[in-house]
This record gives sequence, C-alpha cells and structure tokens, in this order.
Amino acid sequence: MRLKDGYHMAQQTSAGRRYVQTFISGFFVAVPVTVTILDKLAYVARVEGASMQPFLNPDAGAQSDVVLLNRWSVRNYQVQRGDIVSVVSPRNPKQKIIKRVIGLEGDFIRTLSYKNRYVRVPDGHLWIEGDHRGHSLDSNCFGPTPAEDMALVTAIR
Amino acid sequence: MFRHMLGKTLGLLGYTIQYGCIAHCAFEYIGEFVVCSGPSMEPTIVNHDVVFSERMSRHLFKIEKGDIVIAKSPFDPQMNICKRVIGLEGDKICTSSPSDLFKTHTYVPMGHVWLEGDNLRNSTDSRNYGPIPYALIRGRVCWKVTHEFNFKKEPEGHRQGSL
Repeated sequence: MRLKDGYHMAQQTSAGRRYVQTFISGFFVAVPVTVTILDKLAYVARVEGASMQPFLNPDAGAQSDVVLLNRWSVRNYQVQRGDIVSVVSPRNPKQKIIKRVIGLEGDFIRTLSYKNRYVRVPDGHLWIEGDHRGHSLDSNCFGPTPAEDMALVTAIR
Repeated sequence: MFRHMLGKTLGLLGYTIQYGCIAHCAFEYIGEFVVCSGPSMEPTIVNHDVVFSERMSRHLFKIEKGDIVIAKSPFDPQMNICKRVIGLEGDKICTSSPSDLFKTHTYVPMGHVWLEGDNLRNSTDSRNYGPIPYALIRGRVCWKVTHEFNFKKEPEGHRQGSL
C-alpha cells in the first residue's frame, strides 16, 4: 500500500513540476514576442482630444476613436507630407500626440502662430500641425520637432 | 523526408524569432554596449571606448543632472551622441563663455534637457543646437569597459642594478 501511495505522489509532483516548467517556458516566449510586436510592428490605441477634428473624434461627446499605430511602415523614418503620425510630445515625454505632417526637413513653412513668420525645417526635424486650428498643441507652439518614436496612424472605425 | 526538413526549418525559424525577440527586449529595456568615437567627452570617455548604457533610468524618467547619456542626434535620427546632462527642464543655464563681459542665461523648456560634452573646447552640443527633447535620450552610461591592450615593453637600459 505504501509503495503505491509513494508512486502516486511522485507522479503528481512531476506533473505539477512539468506544469510549472511549461508555464515558465511559455511565459518567456509570449512576453518578449508580444513586447517586440508592440514596439516594432503595430498597436491599437484610443484617441483623446479635439486637435484632429474633424478627422478623428468628430463628435465631442461620443466615444473616442480607435486608431491603429503602425510602426513598421516608418521604421526608416520615411514619412510623406500629409501623413498623420503619432510622436512623443516635446513638451511632455510621457505623452504621445497625434498630428499631421505638414513639412519635412528642408521645407520652408509659412507659420500660423509661431514666433517667426517663416521657418526652415532643420535636418532630422518635422513640422506637424493638428487639423483643428487653434485647438491644437503642435509645431505652431513648439516649433519643428525631431519626431521621436513615430508611428503612422490609420483610423479604425 | 521533405516533411522532416520542413519541420526542422520551422523549428529553427521559431527559435530564431523567439531569441530575436528576447534580444530586442534586452537591448530595449535592460541595456546595450556602445562604442564611443570622437573627442567631445575627454577625459572621461576617449575615442574607441566601450561603455554600457542602461535603459531603465530613461524609461522610468530617472535621468539626473550630471549623468552621461547616449541620445539620438537631433539632426540625424540614425546617429547617436554621447554627452553629459547639464540641465533638466526648468533649469537656468549660463550660455556665455567665462571670458564674456555680459553673462547670458537661458531656461531649459519643459520636456527638454541641456547636454554638454566634458571637452568643452571640442564638442558640438546644446551650446550649438539648443536643448533637445527628453524623448531623444536612449540610455544612461553606467559603466566603462576598461581594457589595457597596449603592453609596452620596458626599454632594456632600465633594468635595476645595471651599470
């Protein structure tokens, strides 16, 4: 009787240990792969604020829009004028802002409400503006920005 | 036979993806080794030095005044610069050189940092291009790999006790 109990317990322990081993090895696969996909490929986020009206969040009271942030397509820092991108805010590094690219490096911009009337966008910088003029914290406030952590924005309706 | 090879290839691909993702997470969230070039941080870091820069301080927003950081160059996002943080947001920076008669000051705007190299005479830094956004900082240098590869042979005449 004793021998059978011991054998049964040994089987249970090894099943438990196998479960823990499988869990740990699965964990070490799932977490890095998920993090890499979110960092390098794409992820989904909700948009807040009215600075890109009427394209994003057209109704103020209704539910905020959901957008797909595509990092893969801007991995070589190649954006076109007119694209909507999400960048880290130069005023607050903990926040991301979604704006439209108006000027690339080397362009001459006639500004709306910046301290200089005409600005040449330096190398490696972008001039971004929100569609909703006057309600947007964009290059008209902080000037050309080096555009860190860019992602191309496409709306998911 | 073909199925066996296909299975092996898929297995190899799976392992490559898994270890590639682990490597990406390590470089992005733990730290990376960087080879420095240029004279702008002498004598702290000289040309061809290898340093280890850790990423956690940057992600947790714990970069402090006096840290040496690796940052993306504001003019070319594919190049990196290695400088010391002189001022964080809101700090007052003296921009005039010590020999000027009138001292000029500037305040570091919100969300930006002021970087300067240790070798002030031979460094292009925030004194040239202004403060850079905090988001351009990649990591904080925390360890320098010191290596002594040049063993100089003692000249023959310096042996003790020789006439």
